[in-house]
Formats: sequence, C-alpha cells, structure tokens
Amino acid sequence: MRGSSITMLERCALVLSRVLSYLVFLFLVLPFVVVIPLSFSSTSMLNYPLPGLSWRWYERFFTLDAWQAAIFNSLYVAGLTVVVSTVLGTLAALGLQRCGPRMQKILALAFVAPMMVPVVLTAVGLFFFFASLGMIGSYAALILSHTIIATPFVVIAVSASLAKFDRTLVRAAQSLGSGPVRTFFSVTMPSIFPGLMSGALFAFAASLDELIITLFIASPAQRTIPRQMFSGVRENIEPTIIAAATVMTIVSVALMSVSILAQKRDAS
Amino acid sequence: MTTASTTTAEGASGALGAGPRKAGLDAASAQRATYIGYALLAPYALLLLVVFFFPIAKFLLGAVDNRDLPRLLPTTTAVLAGWDGASDVPAAAFAALARDLAEAPSPAAIAVVARRLNYEKSGFRALLVNLGSAVPTGTAEQIKSEMIARNPQWAEPVWWQIIKRESGALTKSFLLSSFDLQQDEAGRIVAKPTDQSIFRYSLYTTISISVAVTLICLLLAFPVAHFLTTLPPRRVGVYMLFILLPFWTSLLVRTSAWIVMLQREGPLNQFLQWTGLTSTPLELLYNRTSVLIVMTHVLLPFMILSIYANMLAIPRDYVRAARSLGGGPISIFFRIYLPQTMPGIGAGCLLVFILALGYYVTPALVGGPRDQMLSSYIAFYTNQTINWGLASALGLVLLVVSGLSYLVITGLTRTRGPLERM
Repeated sequence: MRGSSITMLERCALVLSRVLSYLVFLFLVLPFVVVIPLSFSSTSMLNYPLPGLSWRWYERFFTLDAWQAAIFNSLYVAGLTVVVSTVLGTLAALGLQRCGPRMQKILALAFVAPMMVPVVLTAVGLFFFFASLGMIGSYAALILSHTIIATPFVVIAVSASLAKFDRTLVRAAQSLGSGPVRTFFSVTMPSIFPGLMSGALFAFAASLDELIITLFIASPAQRTIPRQMFSGVRENIEPTIIAAATVMTIVSVALMSVSILAQKRDAS
Repeated sequence: MTTASTTTAEGASGALGAGPRKAGLDAASAQRATYIGYALLAPYALLLLVVFFFPIAKFLLGAVDNRDLPRLLPTTTAVLAGWDGASDVPAAAFAALARDLAEAPSPAAIAVVARRLNYEKSGFRALLVNLGSAVPTGTAEQIKSEMIARNPQWAEPVWWQIIKRESGALTKSFLLSSFDLQQDEAGRIVAKPTDQSIFRYSLYTTISISVAVTLICLLLAFPVAHFLTTLPPRRVGVYMLFILLPFWTSLLVRTSAWIVMLQREGPLNQFLQWTGLTSTPLELLYNRTSVLIVMTHVLLPFMILSIYANMLAIPRDYVRAARSLGGGPISIFFRIYLPQTMPGIGAGCLLVFILALGYYVTPALVGGPRDQMLSSYIAFYTNQTINWGLASALGLVLLVVSGLSYLVITGLTRTRGPLERM
C-alpha cells in the first residue's frame, strides 16, 4: 500500500503546484487586464464601473504636443540605438567567438556589465561624463547611452545563435573560394539571423523602456514616452498615461511576437 | 578535416563558441583568427571603455577625491600643516586664508570651497562666503582680529582643525558619511548624531527589500517552473506568454498599472469592499507592501525563466532510479530533485537580487519615505542637494554590495552565474 500513498502525496503536491501556478499567472496578467480597459473610459475616473466608452485619451496621446514630441523622440532614439547596438553587438559576439577561452570569459563579463551594474551608477557617471564634454541634452549623448544599455542584449542573443552554428560551413565556403565578407553574408549571417533579430528587438525594447539615464542626461525638450509618463505618474495619474501605457504594451506584444517567431524559425 | 560528429559536439559544448581549436589549423592562422577576433570586438570594447567604465570609475573616485581644497586653499593648507591642531590657531593661518580667498580665481571657486567645507560642518559655508565677500587686509595679526571681530566663530579652533584634516588630496569623510560616521576634533571616527543617521538604515532597507523580493520570487517561481515541465511541449507556449508578456513590457508601464490598481479609490480597493472583506478602503500604496508587490511582479519572470531553463535540462532518470529503490517522495524531492535545480535557483536568485539592489524607479513611485533605497539617495545627492562626494561614496557602497552578493550567491549555489552561461 506504500505505492499508493506515494502517488497520493505526489498528486496533492502536483495539484497544489498547479493551483499556485494559475494564481501566479493571474497575478502576472492582472494589472494589464484590469488597468487597460480604464484607458477607454469616457471620464477621468480610474475605477469601475466605466461610465462610458471613448477614444478621447488615445486622441490626447496622439495629438497633444508634449506626447507627440515624446513619441517622436522615443522612436528616433530607439531607432538609431538599434542600428548602432546591433552592428556593434554582432561584431562583438563574432569577435568573442574567436578569442581564447580565458580572454573570452573576461570579455564576456565586461560586455554584459551594463546589465548588472545598477543603472543609477551608469546614469550618474554618464551625467558627469557628458557634462564635462558639454554634451548634456544632445541626441548623440542620449543615443550613445542607450546603446550602452541595449548592446549586451544583442551580444547575448547573437552569441547564443553562434554557439549553435556549425563552423565547418565557414571553412567549406572558404575552401570553395569565397572571401571572408561574402562568407559572412551568405553563410554566417543567415544562420545567426534569428539571434540577431531577437537581439535587435530586445535592444529596441530596452531603449524604448529606458528612463533613468534619460532623466539624468536629456534636456527638457528631449522628452521620451517613459519620461513623460514618469512625470505624469508623479504628479497626478490620469487616463492619458494609461492610454500611453496601453500603446506601449501593444508595441511590446508586437516585439515579443516577432521575437518568438524568429526563435521558432531558428529551432526548426 | 573534422568529421561532422565532432563539429556538432563542439558546437554543443562551446557556449560562445569556446571549443578546442581545430587540429587542422596551424598556430599562425589560429593567431590570425584571434587578431581578427580582437578587431571585430574592438569597436564595442572601446565604446564600453569610454562611455561606461571610464565615467563610472571617475564618478566612484569622487568618493575619496579631495583635490579641490589643497588646490584652492594652497597657502592655508601649507600653513596649517605646521600647526599641531591643539594650540592656539596661528595668526599666519588667518592671513593665509584671507590671501587664498583674495587670490581665488573666481567667486565660483570660493563657492566650491564653501560647499565642500560645509559638508564637514554646517555653518562653514556662511562663514566663508561672508569672509570672501570682503576679504580683510593688513598684517597677520590685524587680519586675525578683524576676522574674529566680524564673526567670533573664527576664534574656535574647530574650523581650522577641519581645514587641516581635509588638506590632503584624498578624504575619508564621504565614505565615513555613507555609513553615518564622522571624524571628531581629534580625528577619531565616531557615529553621527542619530538625527543625521540615514544611510545605514537605507542600506538595510535596500538589502532587506532585495532579500524579501528574491525569496518571494523563488517561492512563487519554483512551483510554476515545475508545473511548466510537467506540461506537454505543445502547451508550454501558451503558458509561457503569461510570463513573457510582463517580461517584455516596460517597467514603467507595469509600475503605473499597479499604481492605478492599488489607489485608494482604485479597482483593488473597490473589489475588496465589494466582497465585504473590508468596509473602508485600505492604504495599499506608498508603503513596503506595495514596493514588494510591484518589484515581485517586475522580477518574477526572470526567476521563472532561470529555474525553468534549468529544470528542463534535468534528466528524469535520477528521480526514477531513486523511486525504484524505494525512496519516499519527500526524501526524493529534497535529496535528489532539489539539489539538481540548484544551478537554476542560483542563477535566478543572482539575477533578481542584483537587479533588485539597484532599483530606483519603482520604490521612488510606489514606496513611502521609509522605503527609499540607496539608488534614490545617489540620485538625490546628484540632482537635488548637491553633494557629489557623498553620491559617489554611496555609489561605491552599492557597487561593492552588488559585487559581494554576486560572489556569495555564485559561491553558495555553485552556479557559474548568468554571465558565463550565455
């Protein structure tokens, strides 16, 4: 009868862990499910029941000057950050692969350091650095800072792809007379492309989400969406912020979906 | 040429492509490959060096940097070097200070000195700025009596003792301040008055919030990760979306959503009153609970993904073998399964704890005054009350605590850390 008591206990544990898991999933999506509908409210009250439905907060988000400037700045900075960080990160991952194991360990640690060092330290350090160069409030400073935050994601994603990549293909191509550049674009690039894609998407998301460094080094005119939301949340939270948050969530879902598709393609 | 089987083995073994060098390559071309490698990673390495490591190092050096004082008060520091600190302050010191102030390159320089000395003892700024606005002249004795006549505080040796103590290019005072300590007149290290003691409490707050968030995340993530491993692969994807959605969504978006949820008139309070659990709305925001709820929500996906990745790789054979040998479920869990999940637990805890230590936005928005973490103070002393030396010292403390926890957690769980697992 010992066998059945084991299964009983295990079954209880399984049921318990399943119930707990469902509760955790609920906790994870609850704020989205509860708060997003409030952005369609016809009044500025942020609770239920909704008095009526309207698009007015979305209209404000897309038409008010402050928000329009924030949308433009966010897209501009994130767009350029993705280009710079994807190029630098991919090159770094390719280079890392060619180093000896010890050097590789040290460099890999240094390359992802911006993810592990508390962001406030990076922000304050960059604030003094760019101030000494007179670059506070410039787009160059903002894009360079965001590149620092975003590139580790590219390095990690591309490195993961490269680890799975069969290097004999490169030698095969070279033995058939293909030059290094052509080999890269026709052999290496296609097989690391999914990694490169998810790295770039992560870099874009990281730049769109970046707030702390922007608070320190951007000029008052360089409002980004997170910065605009931050000042709004601090003063008085109103439905335009929830509309902005909803739009940002939709963008995140889109980025996430593309990344999942890219990884699916990689796996198959 | 290598066979296909060895290459696959190599590809699988080598995270980041670390594998034995190809036997077919001679030393010279291997060397060349390494050089090409360095050339490829050089642009990012250079950018990191210039726009990350250098600025942070320079900022952290500010914790001990005291070059302004000897540079702007050259004569005073030289004269005070010959004073024993106990006998009467020599008239030459008064004359030297007057001379340094008169010869200051700009009024801004006097302001720098005044601000720096005011950190050591409040009241110093007013004393110096008044003196700087009309610097007395004459012989040393005349200057001394004129200064004391204007403000009798100049007769107190304490001001001079402070200048003497802080005349080196390095200072201990910011680092001491970051632990609520200071030096007294005799140079002994003593605790600051309790009304000025905030940083030890803030360090304690930072660590206790991070520990709590890490433990809550671990307790919630473990069953979820295990649940995911029991599902058929087809169905994992759907559940994974629940974890990936918050993972991809902006931190600020999630924090603001929680603020709306937890407001006094917000949906959660409405729900609680509707169910009759409470009759009056609860204060759910701006306290420790709200900080823990929101930080757990933000960091939980990291923990689930770390533990799940590890659990997937655990072969079932051990548990099966233990069961066939008659092991009970509890002993199998604690002696066989749990030890095998340690690398995942270690990696998850490491990531969550270190990210939590550096949190700034969430505690600033949903915490109360007693939940402010070190990051907030670093930002505060950089932006609001300008005390850059103190900001640097607190930054150094935060970085050292992060580095130590990295070593302790990787040591305890024998993980190689997320960095090396890339």
